[in-house]
Parts: sequence; C-alpha cells; structure tokens
Amino acid sequence: MQNVMRSAAGASLALLLATSTARAERLFVSNEKDNTITVIDGTTLAVTSTIKVGDRPRGIVASKDGRSLYICTSDSDHIEVLDLATLTVTRILPSGPDPELVTLSPDGGTLYIANENDNMVSVLDIAAGRVATEIPVGVEPEGMGVSPDGKVLVNTSETTSMAHFIDTSSKQSIANVLVGSRPRVARFTADGAQVWVSAEVGGTVSVIDAGAHAVTHTINFAIPGVPAESVQPVGIAITPDTKTAFVALGPANRIAVVDTKTYEVRKYLLVGQRVWNMAFSLDGKRLYATNGVSNDLSVIDVDALRVTKSVPVGRLPWGVVVTP
Amino acid sequence: MPGSAGPIALLLASLLGISAVMAEPVTVGIGYLALAPKHVGPQVVLDPPLTDEGVQGARLALADDQTTGRFLNQSYTLHEALQPDAEAVLTAARAMLAGGERIIVTDLPAPLLLQVADLPEARDAILLDATSEDDSLRGAGCRARVLHLLPSRAMLADTLMQYLAVKRWRNILLVQGQAGADAAYADALRRSARKFQIRIVADKPWTFEPGAQRTDTGHVTIGAEVARFTQGLSYDVLVVADTANEFGDDLAYRTTDPRPIAGTHGLVPAAWARPFEQWGATQLQARFQKQAGRWMTPRDLGAWMAIRAVGEAASRGPGADPAAISAYLRSPKFELAAFKGSRLTFRAWDGQLRQPVLLADTRSLVSVSPQPGYLHQFSELDTLGIDQPETTCKM
Repeated sequence: MQNVMRSAAGASLALLLATSTARAERLFVSNEKDNTITVIDGTTLAVTSTIKVGDRPRGIVASKDGRSLYICTSDSDHIEVLDLATLTVTRILPSGPDPELVTLSPDGGTLYIANENDNMVSVLDIAAGRVATEIPVGVEPEGMGVSPDGKVLVNTSETTSMAHFIDTSSKQSIANVLVGSRPRVARFTADGAQVWVSAEVGGTVSVIDAGAHAVTHTINFAIPGVPAESVQPVGIAITPDTKTAFVALGPANRIAVVDTKTYEVRKYLLVGQRVWNMAFSLDGKRLYATNGVSNDLSVIDVDALRVTKSVPVGRLPWGVVVTP
Repeated sequence: MPGSAGPIALLLASLLGISAVMAEPVTVGIGYLALAPKHVGPQVVLDPPLTDEGVQGARLALADDQTTGRFLNQSYTLHEALQPDAEAVLTAARAMLAGGERIIVTDLPAPLLLQVADLPEARDAILLDATSEDDSLRGAGCRARVLHLLPSRAMLADTLMQYLAVKRWRNILLVQGQAGADAAYADALRRSARKFQIRIVADKPWTFEPGAQRTDTGHVTIGAEVARFTQGLSYDVLVVADTANEFGDDLAYRTTDPRPIAGTHGLVPAAWARPFEQWGATQLQARFQKQAGRWMTPRDLGAWMAIRAVGEAASRGPGADPAAISAYLRSPKFELAAFKGSRLTFRAWDGQLRQPVLLADTRSLVSVSPQPGYLHQFSELDTLGIDQPETTCKM
C-alpha cells in the first residue's frame, strides 16, 4: 500500500516537475569494494540509502518497467534482482562464473551476461530464470551492447581485443572485428548504424559501421600534461540526439566530449579519479559518472559541458543507472 | 574436385559463425626451448621446487592465442622442448630450426641463450627471451634477433630505488650473497642507487655459513649473526641481494635496529606477484590457477607475454610470416596488454619490453613503478632501466 502511494506520489510529482530540468528520478550506483548499491535522489542528489548486496557488484541494468535492478555480483557468481520499491533483493538469477557486465534486450525479456572467467556470453531468459544459451566468444568477455531493434548483440573480449557481432535469434556470431587492446565498452548509436567500442589499453575508441562490420574511424585522445599511458577509455555515453559522445578516460581523470560528426574531441572535462561508467538523467540534461578511486559520482551539465557537483558514494564505484 | 571446395568452405564458415570476409587459414608455429635441469639442492618445505615454471605460462597464452585465432582463421602450434642440460638444448635448438620453426620462445640462462642466438641456422629466426633478467643481454651482449620480456635487473633495481626516493628512505645497507647472480643483482642496485641519489651506507658481503638452521637453537645462531652484522650502522632500509634464496628470509626481525627489508626479499620488485589483482590481473591469476593448479610466477608471466606478443602481432597484421611478425613486434603499431594498466612496447635500442614493475611482499601489493613524478621526454616507463642515451647495445 505504501509502495502504491509512493509511486503515485512520484508520478504526480513528475507531472508537476515535467517542465523543470530535473524530474523525480533515482540513481543507483554499484560499489565494487563495499558490496553495496548506493541510492541517490535524482532531484536533490542526496544519498537516500545504501543497500547491502552480494559480493563485488559491478554491471547493473534496470528492468524495462523500471521496477527492478539487475546486478552482476561477480564474486557471488550470479545475478541479483533488486526490487526498487522495497529496495530488497528478491530474486537470484543464474549466470556463468564471474559475471561482470549485463545488457537487456529491448523487449525486456532477455539478459545478455558477459562472464569474464569462461569466455562465454550467457543468454538468460528472465521470466524462466534460467540460462537458455551460452555463446562462445573471445578471452575475457566484457562489454555488451544490443542494437536498438534487438537483432544484434555486440560483445567485446579483453584479451582477444575483438568486438564480436552476434545474431540474437540464431545466437551465432556474424562478424568479429579487431579493435584496440583490452576493449571494455560497446555502445550502439540510437539509429543502430554504428557501434562505438572503447579500448582501455589501446587508448582509443573504434567507431564500427554496424552494417559493414568494419572500423570506419579510430578516435585518439591527447591531453596536455597527462601521460599517454594514463589515457584509458572505458565508459561511453552518446546523447539521445546522437550529436555528442562522452568517453570516460579512466586514470586520466577526464571525460572527453566528442563530436559524433567530425570525431573531433571538443573538450576534456576534469572529473574524479579513475572515471569509469556513465549514465544520463532521464531528460538527458545531466550526465553522471562513477569515479572508482576517489569514490564519488561526478555530475555534469550536458548543455554547458561543466562538472557541477561531486556526490560521495561507496568504495570503488563501478556502474550507474538512472530510473524514473 | 577443386571447384566444390568453395561452397563447402563457405558453408563450414557460416556454420562456425565466421565472417564471409575471412582470411585464408594460416598456422603460426612457435617453438619453446627451455633448460629444465633436475632440482638438486636442499628441499625447502615451504615452497617445493616447481618443475613447470615458465612453460605453464606459455601453454595458457597459446590457449588465449587460439581463441583469438579461431575468429581470424588462424591457429597456433607450440613445439615444446624442455631439456636437462646445455648440450641437449643446443641439439633441440638445431632440430627445431631445421624443422622450420622461426619463432622461438626461450627459458635459458644468458650464455646458453647467446649460443642459440648465434647458431648459423638461427640467422633469420626471432628469439623471445621469456625469463632472463640479465643486464648484459640487453647491453654489450645484445642481439638484434632477441627480444626480452621480463624486466631487466636494472629495471627491477630502479623500481625499488624510485620508491625509496619517494619515501625519502635515502640511506640503505646493502648485503650481497655468494651465489652466481647475487653480484649482478647487487651491481644493478648500486647503479640504481647512484641514479636516484640513494646513499649506500655500507656495502657488505654475507659470508655466514647457513645449513645449521635445522639444528635445535639454529634460530639463536642466525639471530645473533644478523644482529652483529647490522650493528653500529645508521640506515633506513636493509637491501638484500640473495637470488638463490639462501639467507634473505632470515634477516627480518633480527636486525639490531628495527628496519624493513627489500630487494630479493621483503619488499620485492617483480614483474608479477601473488597479491597482484589490479587492471584485470585477477582474471589472469584465476585462469592460470585453473590450468596449472598453482600460483603464477614472474617466469610464467614472461612466457605468457612472449606467446601473447606473437599472437598479437600475427592477428594485427602480417599473419604467419615470421619475418613480418618480427618486424611488427618492433614497430610502433605493436602494443601488448598484460594487466599492467598500460600498453607495453619493445624498446628499439635493446629489445627490452617497456613495462610498469610491481613492488610487493608475499601478501600485499605495495606500489607500482614508475613512481608519479618521475618524468621522461618520451615515455615515463623509460625511467626504469637502461635508457637510449646510456645503452651499450650495438645491434
């Protein structure tokens, strides 16, 4: 009953605030070292609770209805489902060993899980609660991206240094594209035409033509006064209008702002230490980034391209998700 | 029937989920040549001697290369030759070269490595030295056809001295053992101490005869000896060169003044360490343990890096041609990811792999050099070891 009231209140609040910049939304941050999820109020940016979960939570993704959070608890070797109304773990889903990163099919029914320890991507049927298929990929599977139409899954493998394109209906790989060393994140553009893949050790982002399965551009980063070895791209976030891409550069402590037409870096935003993954607010006006070493979350004004705030979270923050 | 191969190959390719633009199948042959003498020496209860050090790293890297190769229509073969003595190593090397191997990973001591490198049959081969730390192999004894994977002794010493300088522990007591490599290790420490302005307060040989450890009251004798050895000296750190592991473990807690131990024991500079789990190293540690049933050592890592480097070169560009792989390894395009948080490349002037080096004790990673603040014109990694202006290598 309380939950119903809360969500009803939330909905009317969202209506009231529909024209203002920030809606009543919540942020969830996985803290790898603390085994917790930090919950942050999207309006006030205050931490509202910290939830104990399984061991080494890393990749997180919200369910399509926004009611649950799927959490890769890597050292517990399974996926935990956090009910976002009660903020309790209500269900455990199977995965392969050491699940690190998950992505959700656009219809919300399937989770694709990268299991870092066994060179497999697990395809999990959420309703049935079981792994339906395992797809062999390269060594240390990591990044996962699904095309907007749900037909193609891209997985990166860190030691193999490839982006594997997989047909989601046949579960067969269609193409394997070599990218820079230690690829981390794969992100489709909203139109499904391109896949952007970051290479942490290579120090580059490869832009792959999703139809031709070929790298069309390689983006390099050079920051005055920062050693080239410190530039380690990980997280990628592309604005809903697809005009701008943000690339988190790890121990360079900066986020690169990239023009998606010219592939030029427009600006470097100084954030916290070892910036890792990112998520937009629901209205797209803010970008949130986890800083693994300084244990905080940077808040970026997307229009002004300014870092406006830092929110302390748990130790070794890894992923961030925004829900209504 | 040559005409029917096409459709069948295409069908096979699509069954295997291989892209239609697949390259011709190629096989990359790699030889693994090791001197693996039978362990003679006292039995150590705590760490039984390893019989498969190095080669386990090679096997794991081969599996990693095969996985990548599967997507590129490349396969890799590893021809292992673990020999008990120098003569057998040379015979195996000749046989390997006669059999057509041109890429050979070695686990050999310096003189034997040079004998293999200087074989007339090895003229167009490339040798990847997976396990030596010898500075002479990177200096006057360098060879154009040899690349070195593990950090040299100079790099290990610089790793430690940079850290001591950052901590402002500028006065050290140096103790050198009697075993073969102790002198070379201590020489590297002396050179590095000068480079980073660390003062060697006293430089003393360790001559105490061990062996009485197992007698009752053996601990009393060694405790008294270490106390006497360190008496009357003012220093910050006791730095030890005991590569044969004969007395280094018996120094801590026995010095006259309470001082930490570093060097071959205590705080150790190394390419790999058991407590290391940063930059994804946890994954390599886990995969290695699953395969070998034991912890990975620096020598295992050296062999892993050697075979991964070959795989990286073969998959990125030239395919299976050994000459092209050799050229690619030395080109600016080459980069190796080896769980050190940065890309590793080979130094053009001596064939040494540039890399960050760990500082760890048996239970904890303490630091990673280069230390912040040591700047370099080209790469901060070149603050470790012998830089281009000072090299004595002439290729």
